[in-house]
Amino acid sequence: MSIALYRIDDRLIHGQVVVGWGKPLNARFIVLVDDTVRASPWEQDLYRMGVPPEIEVVFASTAEAAARLAEWERDPRVGILLAGDIDTLAALSTNSHRVQRINVGGLHHRPGRSERLRYVYLSDAEAAQLKALAAQGVAVTAQDVPTAAPVPLQEFT
Amino acid sequence: MSEPLRGVIVTHAAVAQALLAAVTAITGVSDALVPVSNDGCDSGALTERLTRAIGGRPAVLFVDLPGGSCLTTSVRLAKGANDVAVVTGVNLAMLLDFVFHRDLAPADAARRAADAGSKAIRTPAA
Repeated sequence: MSIALYRIDDRLIHGQVVVGWGKPLNARFIVLVDDTVRASPWEQDLYRMGVPPEIEVVFASTAEAAARLAEWERDPRVGILLAGDIDTLAALSTNSHRVQRINVGGLHHRPGRSERLRYVYLSDAEAAQLKALAAQGVAVTAQDVPTAAPVPLQEFT
Repeated sequence: MSEPLRGVIVTHAAVAQALLAAVTAITGVSDALVPVSNDGCDSGALTERLTRAIGGRPAVLFVDLPGGSCLTTSVRLAKGANDVAVVTGVNLAMLLDFVFHRDLAPADAARRAADAGSKAIRTPAA
């Protein structure tokens, strides 16, 4: 297994990812797919601060991620791929045809969204987007930390 | 005399509220610090909470971890302000020192707090 977790989490690299998932998975690289962070060296420095030195952090734009996904999947190390929104992982899935499962790990409140789970708030359009991914064969579940049970898509959309 | 600094404690869950309660219990000072939790927040919502907590005053943001959403949001906010500084690894010792040294510039207060907090981390013989 190379990329063990494809995660949507609007907090990007934070404790749940690095410690909560990173430790049990023994992750050795994290790919952060975010066009804004990819273009901002100081934000990259900030995100690196939260990651221990034994874990490599790769910053990629959505287009770069689509181009390099096969390479990361061949990596003998265990990796985590993170995106901050559904659009990014949907684009990556459509462009690469390689994303088989998506973990919705954290999408928080903002105007237009309603609470679906304690850590998942979605607009109707976002819920439909996740259903469309599932219809394409992607297994979509919600799970904030590995010790929690994964929640099937139909229970939060 | 210029306005005293405000301290904003920025943490996961209820750590900030607990630290504020401890500072108040020990010092009797209850108006120097404001607790902010990142519970339920994306970066936009946390920015709003922090902006309200700072209240347009010169401030030091005391963040729990040297990485993660509390830090990234705090640093983004501080980069856009001239009078806001950030310290990570908040602990009770640095907050106790801070509440009695709020007449410094934010960057100086942040350095002083980091020093006080670091000095409190020891491994005493059992």
